[in-house]
Amino acid sequence: MGLRGIMQEFLQYVFSGVTNGSVYAIIALGFSMLFSMTGLINFAQGEFVMLGALGMISLWKGAGLPLPAAIVLSTIGVSAVGLLLERAAIRNVRKPHPIVLVIVTIGASIFLRGAGMLGWGKESYSSPAFSRQGAFEVAGATLLPQSLFILAAVLLIVFGLQFFHRRTLTGKAMLACAISKRAAWLQGIPSERLVLLAFALSAGMGAIGGILIAPISMSSYDMGMTLGLKGFCAAMLGGLGSSLGAVLGGLLLGLLEAFGVGFFSSSLKDAIAFVLLLGILYVRPGGILGAKVVKRF
Amino acid sequence: MNRTMSLIGKSLAVLLIGLLVVPAAAWCKEPYKIGGLFSVTGPSSFLGDPEKKSLELAIDEINARGGIDGHLLEAVIYDTEGDPGKTNLNASKLMTKDNVIAIIGPSLTPTTLAIVPLAEKQPVPLISCAAGILITEPVKPWVFKTAQSDVLAVAAIYGHMQKKKIKKVGIITVESAYGESGRDQLTAQAPKFGIQVVQAETFGAKDTDMTAQLTKVRSAQPEAVICWGTNPGPAVIARNFQQMGFKIPLYQSHGVASPKFVELAGEAAENIILPAGKILVTDQLPDSDPQKTVLKRYVEQFTGRFKQPVSPFGGYAYDAMMILAKALEGTEGKKDAVRKRIEEVKGLVGVTGTFNFSPQDHNGLGPEAFVMVQIQNGKFKVIDQ
Repeated sequence: MGLRGIMQEFLQYVFSGVTNGSVYAIIALGFSMLFSMTGLINFAQGEFVMLGALGMISLWKGAGLPLPAAIVLSTIGVSAVGLLLERAAIRNVRKPHPIVLVIVTIGASIFLRGAGMLGWGKESYSSPAFSRQGAFEVAGATLLPQSLFILAAVLLIVFGLQFFHRRTLTGKAMLACAISKRAAWLQGIPSERLVLLAFALSAGMGAIGGILIAPISMSSYDMGMTLGLKGFCAAMLGGLGSSLGAVLGGLLLGLLEAFGVGFFSSSLKDAIAFVLLLGILYVRPGGILGAKVVKRF
Repeated sequence: MNRTMSLIGKSLAVLLIGLLVVPAAAWCKEPYKIGGLFSVTGPSSFLGDPEKKSLELAIDEINARGGIDGHLLEAVIYDTEGDPGKTNLNASKLMTKDNVIAIIGPSLTPTTLAIVPLAEKQPVPLISCAAGILITEPVKPWVFKTAQSDVLAVAAIYGHMQKKKIKKVGIITVESAYGESGRDQLTAQAPKFGIQVVQAETFGAKDTDMTAQLTKVRSAQPEAVICWGTNPGPAVIARNFQQMGFKIPLYQSHGVASPKFVELAGEAAENIILPAGKILVTDQLPDSDPQKTVLKRYVEQFTGRFKQPVSPFGGYAYDAMMILAKALEGTEGKKDAVRKRIEEVKGLVGVTGTFNFSPQDHNGLGPEAFVMVQIQNGKFKVIDQ
């Protein structure tokens, strides 16, 4: 195997890392956005991913809707679930300490997983690729068109969020709420409604993540747990609250895993990625792009 | 308050069940109680669910014949949820409270190993439906199993490769007890068939993309790749394998020998070769195959009653019950006699294979329990009789 072979191998690891990494990034974005709005970590984020993926497959393959309609309906449906979660579970907590709310979201994730199991059964589902385009070949390495879709979606979401926060009144109000809920409320900003909106947005983002992952992976009621955990790690790595950080963290985690496989061993893949993650957090406790040092409870 | 209510509810349920059973049992001797432990819910429900149904099917079949020596059979089945702790708890319940004569199950290797000491100590005959070789090797007097061992599946794959003159293989296994066991067997048996494992990789059961592992396998230039796992991971591998344009054959384990795999992997499933229980290809078997009649009857009964396609896994529990029924004859339910008689079961044609037990062999199956099949046009085709 000459230099060409080594290059080809290296490139394949990069592509594999980017594919997985963009999946983690899109989930990390959901975590990150909700955290920056509400200071809350929603551990049911992975379950929104699951609902989005399974909902899309059911609507597209099951009900026979055209793909764009299935995507939109599934996203709206999951956003509604996010709204419901906020209204039914989060808002009614009598003493809303962060730790209590986090436990509520863990409970919600178990509930949603159970509901997913009842609705879709315990089987896995697969979805065909969105485009008939086969895999691209770049210098002998294979790149899936679906990975490009995910990357494009990630970038769109990041820039969309930036635009929303900088240019729209609602976005600015939301930012104000994030800085100080009480001060925003005194200024006449309806903070409760904005929290509701934040939940709907992050749930919808989770759903989009799930929809985009469905064609490259298999979807089942319990897919959310692992993906949620990886997405959370990516968000921590990049710096909770920073959307660019979430993308960076996701891609970094994906690449670390791929190179862990390539240069060490696949059974050590997760260990290598997480040891490096710990190392980075040791040097920069707030994550790579984290604005400030996180408070410990 | 709640507790009392549930107690009352349970007692009522027990009474009701008792009332239902009494008329049938009135004219014959005390029923034989058979314990069942299956992962009916949880991640491995794809094993436990058909196993539970098949056990019920087998028991109804035997009862319709009039039971064993005039004793009807009665099943006490608990759900293990695939959790060794719960399995242990339910196993003690079966042994001490329900006083069963024998236990069929559990569905998984870890859950079985968790209760082996219990079954040996009590003692009570245990016929496991799990595949792990550790269950019956070394032989434990009271523990048997009906599922084919990985040893046989690996031998079937390597046998096929030997015929195709494949000498170098890359393997990729799932990070679970099933994958570990497959990996051990694949490495251990390779030299016997003149095969060299040039690269061994693993993947997580929930990983979304395995191209990194496959890249590493490809760089070792194998002549074939063997993937060892249960759905959905192997389907992802099949897709990645196709996308990366591999020009060599892909082998899979019997863990994905079901139409579900073809559904998940889609076009990428084409031409994959794997060992499978004969149940998958019942109608392709020659009439001379001794298992054909048993298989046909089981498939008809199962699909007719439960309105769902058969899986190879239900057969493990069905066979276990048939073996137990044979062993129970003339023992009047004495456990040590039953244990001894299971070892004497010979030539019992079951769904999984033909069982020949002995004091040295508590699995009783030979290599003919597997056939090599290839996926062609989305169907499993026998390629190697």
